[in-house]
Amino acid sequence: MNAPLLSITNVSKKFGAVVALEDVSLHVGAGEFFALLGPSGCGKTTLMRCIAGFESPDSGTIALNGLDLSGVPPYRRPVNMMFQSYALFPHLNVFENIAFGLRRKGETRDAIEARVSELLAMTQLSNFGHRRIDELSGGQKQRVALARALAPRPKMLLLDEPLGALDRKLREETQFQLKEIQRLMQTSFVIVTHDQDEALALADRIAVMRAGRVEQVAGPMEIYDKPATRFVAGFVGETNFIEGRLERNGGAAALVAEFGRIPCEPCDLPDGARATLSVRPERIGVAREGEGIAGLVENFVFRGETTLLRVRVAENVVLRAAAGYGERHAIGDPVRLSFPPDAGALLAEEPGDEGRNERAAQ
Amino acid sequence: MSAASSWARRATLIVGFVFLYAPIVILAVMSFNTSRLVSVWGGFSTKWYAALLENEQLLHSAKISLAAALTSAAIATLLGLFAAIALARFGGFRTRMLFFGAVHAPLVLPEVVLGLALLTCFVALGVGRGFVTLVIGHVTLTMCFTTVAILAAMRDCDPALEEAAMDLGATPPEAFVRVALPQIAPAVITAYLLAFTLSLDDLIIASFATGPGATTLPMRIYSQVRLGVSPQINAISTLLLALVAVALGLAALVSHWRVRRER
Repeated sequence: MNAPLLSITNVSKKFGAVVALEDVSLHVGAGEFFALLGPSGCGKTTLMRCIAGFESPDSGTIALNGLDLSGVPPYRRPVNMMFQSYALFPHLNVFENIAFGLRRKGETRDAIEARVSELLAMTQLSNFGHRRIDELSGGQKQRVALARALAPRPKMLLLDEPLGALDRKLREETQFQLKEIQRLMQTSFVIVTHDQDEALALADRIAVMRAGRVEQVAGPMEIYDKPATRFVAGFVGETNFIEGRLERNGGAAALVAEFGRIPCEPCDLPDGARATLSVRPERIGVAREGEGIAGLVENFVFRGETTLLRVRVAENVVLRAAAGYGERHAIGDPVRLSFPPDAGALLAEEPGDEGRNERAAQ
Repeated sequence: MSAASSWARRATLIVGFVFLYAPIVILAVMSFNTSRLVSVWGGFSTKWYAALLENEQLLHSAKISLAAALTSAAIATLLGLFAAIALARFGGFRTRMLFFGAVHAPLVLPEVVLGLALLTCFVALGVGRGFVTLVIGHVTLTMCFTTVAILAAMRDCDPALEEAAMDLGATPPEAFVRVALPQIAPAVITAYLLAFTLSLDDLIIASFATGPGATTLPMRIYSQVRLGVSPQINAISTLLLALVAVALGLAALVSHWRVRRER
């Protein structure tokens, strides 16, 4: 990555006694599609409002292209935002909504006309310029909001839950459109979402946030395959948490759980350390016989391409494993579960995590 | 539904309307009566209206009333707009509850008390009473109504709209004028018309607040009625009624137009 476009350094923000952001540092590159992912109340929206200029951090700096933005009001920041509610101006038609930012910049009539037409075409709204906002469908409103935010050519576009109000089918279609538009415009997009599928599908890099802190910043695959913390592993996708003690034997390492030994990749943790292994259900091999950890199928859910099994491997441990297409298992069947060494991600024991062992075992 | 109960309902409605509007209709009809006596119908005539045009005193009072209503409604609407912005947008500032209460108090305060308070205040400050004090009095009376009307509209107007405008490069005042004001414009117009009618027909506050040079129309009518009802009073009252009806009709049209636009 070149010099980052947006640098957030040690930003903290409190609302009264509530900590919204705690020592957040992030970098977003030019032309990057970046996602802030986290449950509601994790501070992602506050961070976005700090970038847009509607909130000011208590400490820390936000810089764009190396220029400190503190004290710069929202209307002078080269950053535009697409609001969750879209916030389209009901008294203006589609054309005037999109032209609003251009008119504030004092561009000529011809330039405005050309730019709005370009954006209408890009968002497939060419014939809708004269429509009133209340005559549009949800998906059309979403596209007008996108076009309006893009019109003044911002250096960075902030999108607050942009697909939240759309139904499932439209959402997938819009994800592709959004990705395509971002690729064409070569503008940095920062999207705020609580939907992990959306973040994984859209972003080049994802910052997973919890309680005002950034837990991990990485690409979607790394977030999914190598979660840095237990929270990230649990929040993004489905997973099994397996508790145990690490056993190192030369180069090879294994986690010794109460129901058996699970091979894992080499790591920095010392021999005998307590650790948790996060394993995605689809990475666990399911066979009727042979090597592996023995268990009984307790329940199953058919999901189309896979069948999710709940397999009891010990008296109080149930693992979720995904059987491939065409494999049939009945309740009570004995199965063997196998773990490739790179299947899981080892997580060091975190303070405050002890109480969650039960949930992990479910 | 049986025919009898349908009849009963219709009859109730008619009785209700007669009760409410018969006196007003009689007043308007009598203003076209040739005869001076209320109890005798002497034929249709507009002579009382013609006579009205030559009654300098009444015309002067009508001008005072109109000028006071136009001015005080404008000031009350502007102040109401500011108060509503403060209450709806400034968040929980210190003394917000006190301000909220103070703005709304004249809604329930007896007008006699308000009028007396104004009089005491003017006398204590040594302000000579006249047109200016009349306008001040009417602003005090009507500002709470304009604030309530505008505040309701401000609360319905999503603050994200103004944020979006600022995000797109509009300064805060520009964002308010270009985005929020068009949303609340019907309420502002309604508030103005409401303040206008309240001021136009006010007798109590005006009696306390105004001075000898600025007698309002309701005061003039009231004082003349005590000497006996002249058909000229009927005529001017009918005109006043028409004016208020037009103002209220406009207010209703504006809010109707707003509701239709929101669909």
